[in-house]
Amino acid sequence: MDVNPRRLVNIGAERVSHVSNTEFPGHYPNEDHSWNLESFEQNLTVRIHRLSQRSIEFDLIGVDASIANAFRRIMIAEVPTIAIDDVYVFNNTTVIHDEILAHRLGLIPLNVDPTQMDTLEDGDSPTDRNTLEFRINLECSWKDSKGKSTSATPTDDERYVNHQLLSKHLQWIPAGEQLEKLKTAGPLNGDIVLAKLRPGQAVEMVLHAKKGQGKDHAKWSPVATATYRLHPNIVITKPIPFERAEEFKKCFSPGVVKVDKKKRTVQIDRDHMRNDTVSREVLRDPEFKDSVELSRIRDWFIFSVESESAYKPEQLLPEAIGIMKEKIAAMKAAAMELLGGEGGGEDVVMQDET
Amino acid sequence: MNSNDDQQQTTNSTGAGIPMQAPRQEMEYLCADCNAKNEIRAREPIRCRECGHRIMYKRRTRRMVQFEAR
Repeated sequence: MDVNPRRLVNIGAERVSHVSNTEFPGHYPNEDHSWNLESFEQNLTVRIHRLSQRSIEFDLIGVDASIANAFRRIMIAEVPTIAIDDVYVFNNTTVIHDEILAHRLGLIPLNVDPTQMDTLEDGDSPTDRNTLEFRINLECSWKDSKGKSTSATPTDDERYVNHQLLSKHLQWIPAGEQLEKLKTAGPLNGDIVLAKLRPGQAVEMVLHAKKGQGKDHAKWSPVATATYRLHPNIVITKPIPFERAEEFKKCFSPGVVKVDKKKRTVQIDRDHMRNDTVSREVLRDPEFKDSVELSRIRDWFIFSVESESAYKPEQLLPEAIGIMKEKIAAMKAAAMELLGGEGGGEDVVMQDET
Repeated sequence: MNSNDDQQQTTNSTGAGIPMQAPRQEMEYLCADCNAKNEIRAREPIRCRECGHRIMYKRRTRRMVQFEAR
């Protein structure tokens, strides 16, 4: 893989150089680097590398770090989800304090499509459009046998009934049109332990779930992680002595270096190069340090996103792009107003972004 | 049970100090030893009817408390 050296961020033993892109207008004589949709389209690539039920790894190639970072931040903080926000406690005699239990309830990921709900604005009253109601009513008691007949050391399951408050104990109370619109609503995972109980202890609560954004509270963040790293680029410049091939291999992440025992060659595996962590271990070896060049590709972002919400992992980037487009539209409208308002001399009132 | 509690609250809040005739809902206490329900009355020893234990727990109120899940 021959990469244009202008795209590389150089990685030395103790320094990182060529961090910024140099291809901007006026930098290289006789080259036009003004922004151009056609060339941008040509360079832009989005490729899914791995997709599972809850996570995705995809490459975003050909954009500036500011764009990639904006998508990352929007995925974390601005893609809306539904989470429990108000907790009304009628009874809680467990050892978990009301405040702690309320906090734990808020963190449960709910399997509700956020597009089906409105945001509850300040001062609005809760309606079936913006609030979901759940109830919890659980009391722990002894099992008739008290676990005595089964074994000398009975488990909690053998001794008690309802000795754990789990997320599956949330009972959805559909209101108004909710049953037709949402069909089902509940936690994504039913086995989250919220509190432990002993005979005589009880919990009775009413919960209100609302739509919100990760920037208000992390419980509304649709992702568990949303990160990116730059694609590594490793080039062997001088042949590696075959006797030290295994040592060389151990300087990199597994699979990155291919050692061919028949041909007695040492090579970098292009398909597995992305797995390298660029630990710079090779640069510590006096013999290896001049025979290899380490770098990363400045505009090749390897995103790793784990969804922990109603969104499928592959839906998160499109959602983030949609939100970014809305922001740009708001920005454009404000800019146009500035231009148009010049003659009138009126102050432009910028609206608070919600 | 809820409606009983409410009634009790209203009679108390009207303030008349000593409740009138209608035998007002006795406060239930739980024995610390055997968990039996007990009523504690004035000028009677505090003692569990089931096991004779002398420590009682008061129940948590059923009054609603609101929290933000944050």
